[in-house]
Amino acid sequence: MRIGLDQATLRVGTVTHIYPTTVDLAPDSLNILLGPTLSGKTTLMRLLCGLDRPTTGRVWVDDVDVTGVSVRQRDVAMVYQQFINYPSFTVYDNIASPLRRAGVSKADIDRRVRQVAEMLRIDGLLARLPAELSGGQQQRIALARALVKQARLLLLDEPLVNLDYKLREELRQELRAIFEARKSCVVYATTEPLEALMLGGNTLVVDGGRVLQAGPTIDVYNRPASERVGAVFSDPPMNMIEGRVEGGAALLGDGLRVPLAGHLTGLSNGVYRWGVRTNHLALSRRHAADIEIDGVVELGEISGSETFVHVAHNGVSWVAQEEGVQRFGINDAIRVYVNPDAFFVFDRTGALVAAPVGGALRPVEEATHG
Amino acid sequence: MRVRKRTLGLVLYLVLLLLPIYWMLNMSLRTNANILGEFAIIPTELTLANYARIFTDPAWYSGYINSIVYVSMNTAISLLTALPAAYAFSRYRFLGDKHMFFWLLTNRMAPPAVFLLPFFQLYSTFGLIDTHIAVAISHLLFNVPLAVWILEGFMSGVPREIDEMAYIDGYSYPRFFLTVFVPLIRTGIGVTAFFCFMFSWVELLFARTLTTTNAKPIAAVMTRTVSASGLDWGLLAAAGILTIVPGALVIWFVRNYMAKGFALGRV
Repeated sequence: MRIGLDQATLRVGTVTHIYPTTVDLAPDSLNILLGPTLSGKTTLMRLLCGLDRPTTGRVWVDDVDVTGVSVRQRDVAMVYQQFINYPSFTVYDNIASPLRRAGVSKADIDRRVRQVAEMLRIDGLLARLPAELSGGQQQRIALARALVKQARLLLLDEPLVNLDYKLREELRQELRAIFEARKSCVVYATTEPLEALMLGGNTLVVDGGRVLQAGPTIDVYNRPASERVGAVFSDPPMNMIEGRVEGGAALLGDGLRVPLAGHLTGLSNGVYRWGVRTNHLALSRRHAADIEIDGVVELGEISGSETFVHVAHNGVSWVAQEEGVQRFGINDAIRVYVNPDAFFVFDRTGALVAAPVGGALRPVEEATHG
Repeated sequence: MRVRKRTLGLVLYLVLLLLPIYWMLNMSLRTNANILGEFAIIPTELTLANYARIFTDPAWYSGYINSIVYVSMNTAISLLTALPAAYAFSRYRFLGDKHMFFWLLTNRMAPPAVFLLPFFQLYSTFGLIDTHIAVAISHLLFNVPLAVWILEGFMSGVPREIDEMAYIDGYSYPRFFLTVFVPLIRTGIGVTAFFCFMFSWVELLFARTLTTTNAKPIAAVMTRTVSASGLDWGLLAAAGILTIVPGALVIWFVRNYMAKGFALGRV
């Protein structure tokens, strides 16, 4: 099923939730809606499935206009961020309910419910009530109910966000396998760039009620069309710094000289915004062309198995992402290295001018060996 | 020691609370001569004659039947009209929704006597005087706003996503409401029914004015105990005891939800 929006907007009162948006989701594709909270991901999904009617514009499915067609008549399934189940139904009845409404025969219902329950490993809980189960199990029920329907459009609105870390990893792996095995158009909303990269497929970067960029996830990650996309698709945020190109070299911030080589060759003179992802800043030299940044430690943040070091250099704050838990003394002198090959260059309006060749995804070490 | 003092205080409070009820029970089990003749905390000559009179005399027991009939009618109509209204207030935003919600409540603020004369004239015109439905309808004036108010609280406690989930699953509106939504707010419905029952059961002004003989409520029948030859104390007390029974029964059934009900579902 091909589904899309055509210049759709949504206004409630005087507040615009969605600015004119056109999207086109290919059949049997996995589409990630990536954007910060309140960016409009949920609203876009509600427009796509028919829970909300666009103020202007159209929603279409396979070239048929379905604007204003009730969600009951649409072939969709949805999983919410909160664990939404029917509290008064048993797990079995919860999963069976969309099939019962669709008039599927009793034997078929039983077979399909047991099959999907087994797949999500809740087959031992079918006689229980949702409230008796853990959060992870409740979300599995919601997933099972969405999957059992075999709808051609499957919407998942941050389904893993309310689960703890371990469960999230586990369920994400399972989801990826499930999506691959299905013949339906999947739309998956998330705030986490990492989740988008793990799931693959296509990514639509959403921010402030607009779709900023759409395309294969890796491409969007490697070539963010604008500074804002780069910011949304980087966690922690990209280092952004003002820099001037003059006479064959760039001067970043207060005097960090970057030679114009590789993808930076041919930048015309002027002022640009330079971005580099935190994982491209290192505490050790990895390549001969690496630029040294001498500064002092402002802060060492430990995030899981990684450490973010905030380094102040000539009044500019850089963030470097280091593997492992490391301790840094505040105000200690520190030297970080950055490879010029990792720089994104945006113009004053925020549009992309130059992006690292071959993708910033590729670790810098590999580039040096090659 | 502290605990004992508090227990003592509570026991004393309970005794004071129950004293009038006990005295009514006491009187209901004695003859008039006995009541007027001696002061007895524990009645000496027990008799069930007063109760027997109520249960055998059609003029008496029909009062109870009338009351129960119009109270049940009223509770049913209140719930049937308040459920969709409360759902609308809880789920939809429309022009003047908040004002309308408040306006509903203001109906409870006006003294009932204000409505009495217009009601009497209206009901006479439509030939509804002395019917059960007349009393039931007149009590809706107080019970529907209350029911909407309580139910709205309970309904707003159910996530809106459950409604949407049901629509996505293909439920029609009535089917969703009856099979998914109503079971979720059954506590609220129980508490609402209780409040409607109690208000209608104790209301006397409308019930007496709008009825003459066929739909006369028990409270009006009780005035029969006053006659030129004096008051029939025992009979009055027995009737009083019997009026408490239905309320006590209903309270017993909803006792676990009372706190939530008094908070109007907003807990």
